[in-house]
Amino acid sequence: MLFGIHWDTSTSWTFAVSIFPILLRGLIVTIEATIVGFLVAAVLGLILAALKGARSRLVSWPARVVTEFLRDTPLLIQLFFLYYVLPEYGLVLPAFLTGALALGVQYSAYMSEVYRAGLESVARGQTEAAHALDLSALRTFCIIILPQAIPRIIPALGNYLVSIMKDVPVLSVVSVLEMLNVAKIIGDRTFDYMIPLSMVGGLYMILTLVASAGVRYLDTHLPKQGLPLR
Amino acid sequence: MNDNSIIKFDGVVKRFGNVTILDSLNFNVQKGEKVTIIGPSGSGKSTVLRILMTLETINDGVIHVAGKPLWHEQKDDKLVPAGEAHLRAMRKEMGMVFQQFNLFPHMTVRRNVTEAPMQVLKLSREKAAKRAEKYLDLVGLSSHADKFPSQLSGGQQQRVAIARALAMHPNIMLFDEPTSALDPELVGEVLNVIRRLAGEHDLTMLLVTHEMQFAKQISDRVCFFDKGRIVEEGPPDQIMVAPKEDRTREFLKAFINPE
Repeated sequence: MLFGIHWDTSTSWTFAVSIFPILLRGLIVTIEATIVGFLVAAVLGLILAALKGARSRLVSWPARVVTEFLRDTPLLIQLFFLYYVLPEYGLVLPAFLTGALALGVQYSAYMSEVYRAGLESVARGQTEAAHALDLSALRTFCIIILPQAIPRIIPALGNYLVSIMKDVPVLSVVSVLEMLNVAKIIGDRTFDYMIPLSMVGGLYMILTLVASAGVRYLDTHLPKQGLPLR
Repeated sequence: MNDNSIIKFDGVVKRFGNVTILDSLNFNVQKGEKVTIIGPSGSGKSTVLRILMTLETINDGVIHVAGKPLWHEQKDDKLVPAGEAHLRAMRKEMGMVFQQFNLFPHMTVRRNVTEAPMQVLKLSREKAAKRAEKYLDLVGLSSHADKFPSQLSGGQQQRVAIARALAMHPNIMLFDEPTSALDPELVGEVLNVIRRLAGEHDLTMLLVTHEMQFAKQISDRVCFFDKGRIVEEGPPDQIMVAPKEDRTREFLKAFINPE
């Protein structure tokens, strides 16, 4: 029994059917962690990218060092750090939040590079025109550059969304009950690992296919010249 | 300043690495004057406009725009490099039209024209829209306000870019080769708009162009630039018809058909 749901081990078929709703509970946690992680990465990545693009080295250098550090250390170390070290300094976060945050922080480094490439792909003349019109740097970034960069980086961001989803099982080490962890617990208790693990594999594949289809849809339907502003 | 200069370059030097683009340039423009800059590519003529628009810094010298130093601020009798606030205030004097139009492709024509008046001049949406209407009408494109730049021809895009710059009510308009990126049959419509602007008494215009006939018609003065210096300047009839310098004659020969 898990989450108050019993399983029926009489046949493989009934076993699979009975654990399906349990795995779905795990699936929801996986999706939640993916979404929270992605949002953190998207926002933090954009901030890092903007800082790295700053004219002042006093601003761009620390951002570069942070990016490098995040990219060059394993996700697990960053997760342990947030989970075991931060509480020593009085910051205690729930396991789920810690995990999603760790995912977001690590992927923000990767995504900042995607943003940077996207931002740099916007023609220089755009910044110059904004400058000549006396628009502020912030306004230029948010209203002129970013809307043109976003459609170009959607495919790359989509790939990272899928990567984040596939990294969610790492959170099981801090006891987050995401899908793989749930499957493992079921296996531990029934000594049948094959069926729950296969089901998790299948569910992951469906998730990935759906997410990829969504990204492809966005990629083909967003106007290439930028998010339209009227 | 006691003269009527709205733009005044004093010993301005601009270098890119080892290459000297402007070689201690002295250059004045009077208020309301229409000045055309001609010269071979790489002669620094576009750089003059880009420096005025604060798209490029200068290495030495002082520039005054409307009586105030452009790249410097007065501090206890001394000129110190200007901060961003000063530069933003100075930019309000000028509007610029680029060779590549540089319209914002993701914005409608109207939004292209209203964005800066709303954000920078803090006009209300209604006022900005009204102003956009006025200038789009001036360039003959008021019926295209809801289109995106990609739906317009190059000539139409450049006319929108002119309307966009005018909507900020600049005292000085800078045109950086405004017809060089256009198909030949679209050049005329853009020149017609600029010609109409040249009729505005108060508007100071600085135009970099290779359209010699046009320059001759609208300019009060033509400056021939070469190697970061003004080789020769004067009324268009003098420079274009009877230049004194060999270098000017040589340059013009390439443009005016020998008959």
